[in-house]
Amino acid sequence: MPVLEIKNLHAKVAGTDKQILKGVDLTMRKGQIHAIMGKNGSGKSTLCQVIAGRETYEVTEGDILFHGQSIVEMSAEERAREGVFLAFQYPVEIPGVSTSYFLKAAVNAIRKHRSEPELDAVQFIKLVKEKQKMLGIQESFMNRAVNEGFSGGEKKRNEVFQLAVVNPLLGLLDETDSGLDIDALKIVAEGINRLHEQDSERSWLVVTHYQRLLNYIVPDIVHVMIDGKIVKTGDKTLALALEEKGYDWVEREAMSAV
Amino acid sequence: MSVIENDRNIMNDTKPANAVLDPIRVAAAEVFDRIGLPTGKEEKWRFTQLQPILRSRFIPAEPEYANDLFDQYTFGKESSVEIVLVNGVMSRELSRLSSLPEGLCVTTLVKAAANKHADIVRQHLGKLVDLHAHPFAAMNTRDFGDGVYVEIHRNAVIESPIHILQITLGNDNQAVVNSPRVLVVAGENCEATIVESYVGQGSRYLCNAVTEISAADNAKIDHCKLQQESQASYHVANMQVKLGQGAQFVSHAVSVGARISRNDLEVILAGRGAYAALNGLVLIGDVQHCDNHTLLKHAAPDCPSHELYKHVLDGKSSAVFKGQIYVDQIAQKTNAKQSSKSLLLTDTASIYSMPALEIYADDVKCTHGSTTGPLDDDLLFYLRSRGIDFDAARHLLTYAFAADVTRRIKVEPVRRRVEDYMAAQHGLPQDLRINDLGAFDEDVIR
Repeated sequence: MPVLEIKNLHAKVAGTDKQILKGVDLTMRKGQIHAIMGKNGSGKSTLCQVIAGRETYEVTEGDILFHGQSIVEMSAEERAREGVFLAFQYPVEIPGVSTSYFLKAAVNAIRKHRSEPELDAVQFIKLVKEKQKMLGIQESFMNRAVNEGFSGGEKKRNEVFQLAVVNPLLGLLDETDSGLDIDALKIVAEGINRLHEQDSERSWLVVTHYQRLLNYIVPDIVHVMIDGKIVKTGDKTLALALEEKGYDWVEREAMSAV
Repeated sequence: MSVIENDRNIMNDTKPANAVLDPIRVAAAEVFDRIGLPTGKEEKWRFTQLQPILRSRFIPAEPEYANDLFDQYTFGKESSVEIVLVNGVMSRELSRLSSLPEGLCVTTLVKAAANKHADIVRQHLGKLVDLHAHPFAAMNTRDFGDGVYVEIHRNAVIESPIHILQITLGNDNQAVVNSPRVLVVAGENCEATIVESYVGQGSRYLCNAVTEISAADNAKIDHCKLQQESQASYHVANMQVKLGQGAQFVSHAVSVGARISRNDLEVILAGRGAYAALNGLVLIGDVQHCDNHTLLKHAAPDCPSHELYKHVLDGKSSAVFKGQIYVDQIAQKTNAKQSSKSLLLTDTASIYSMPALEIYADDVKCTHGSTTGPLDDDLLFYLRSRGIDFDAARHLLTYAFAADVTRRIKVEPVRRRVEDYMAAQHGLPQDLRINDLGAFDEDVIR
């Protein structure tokens, strides 16, 4: 059974007529890394948010199946507990709430859902330390307010760190490379690769504007999204072709196919 | 004419004649008879509807037993000094004043005025509050019952918080008015923490409180006021503070109860280098209304003051914040910072926030800021996308918003009561504690 199956997905901005997704089809299998590439405004970030359950978007047609079960009617928190994790393009700062408290609440909400015993303070710290060590993150991180005063790179690293602690079945990486210089990008990508090596069961949907992230995170499958639809699917060489030739040729190809 | 009539006979019957207090009461009665209660048209009362209070016919509250409320609100072992008043009358059974630490005197005003403290009472009582400007305070001065007298001797350092628990019991058949009165006289170089709790039950009553605090040079007073009156009641409170040279006063005022509440808090920084910090937290919902009028009067040079008021408004509640900073011509090098922040949990909640700066010195630093808004949708989604459910996410963000004020409250039982109240208000059993959040830089907290 596919991990994720998106069928003819249409979505608009809730309360408006602004249609953003216009029939997305996508199937991901366990352990695969898929990349979605596209220009700004093509709908790829919206797709991530719709999968994660953001209520600012309304699904008007089609379905999203996660392990064969429709999640379209589920709240964001239910989807998270089922194993969907969105690493945000713009992680928010939450003044007054420490990363430690926040993450423990998240981990235990998910464990409770899976009928697993909740982690106590000692067990939680052990888990956190293990993941920090793996990703090379300082311990002081945990006592700071979530993302407060973090640089762009730190915020993205925090997303990957949270993913490691929460341990989802599907990681959605929404433009994780945006705003990062090459060194920061390498660190973040290495973290993701380490997580991928460690757990080959987890699947990844990597949304990016540029090919450079895919030099570090090598996708099994690459999709191109234009105007709310996936118009072309190929292997990792497609990303290289896009880097070299831009998006216009795919657009033309898609137009002539209609 | 106001309908809060005073029946002089009742007053005279229930209070012992007292050579110190009686002239003060009589003078206040004369002022009150002349000015009456505000009509609501006055600038100071423009945003607070007084009709419900004015329409009620109140009678003075009779002393009654209040064991349930006491059990709920006592500090128990967490304070060795607790004075409990029920409808203005001190309860001997409930109060714990037998083993006061050295340098501390806590008793009723009536008693203090009749013994060796009479001169100090005469010297301070009613001296800080301008009755002509505060009609409710005039009414209180006319009507107050036993009253509370707290004296901290010079150089005394009182470790345990002094808890003043004011219980008002309403009466189902007739609205009652309780007039709690507190006088605190803090000597030079002393240190003390004073907590005033205002609680009550019953369908309709008015608690009309006045507190005066006189802090001598270099005294350090940490004051908490926790207003948890019955949701159907009215609470009007006037607090006046005067600070000598180098004196420090930190106030934490938390308002959660009462249908309508109004607090006037006025601090005069009268001596060079005095410091005042006013922290306020308003947590209301439903159709509650809470009005805070504060005044920081800089009357001496080199005085810093900080003010932070936060409002969490649910339902159709409304709040008023008027923060006045007055800087006298001689108060050079004043450094005053004021901030008011409001979180509106519904579209129907509202806040009027009005800073007012009046500055007559030329070498001063005064800043003020005000923000108002709903819970941030992006923050809510972020938390939910990590598996935290909507109610818990909303609670966590609200809690974190209020934590800016609550984390500064050093008195553990007060902070816990605020936290418990917030959890209960959002229907959550989850016992979120400030220490859990652990995300503050303690260095910046005074």
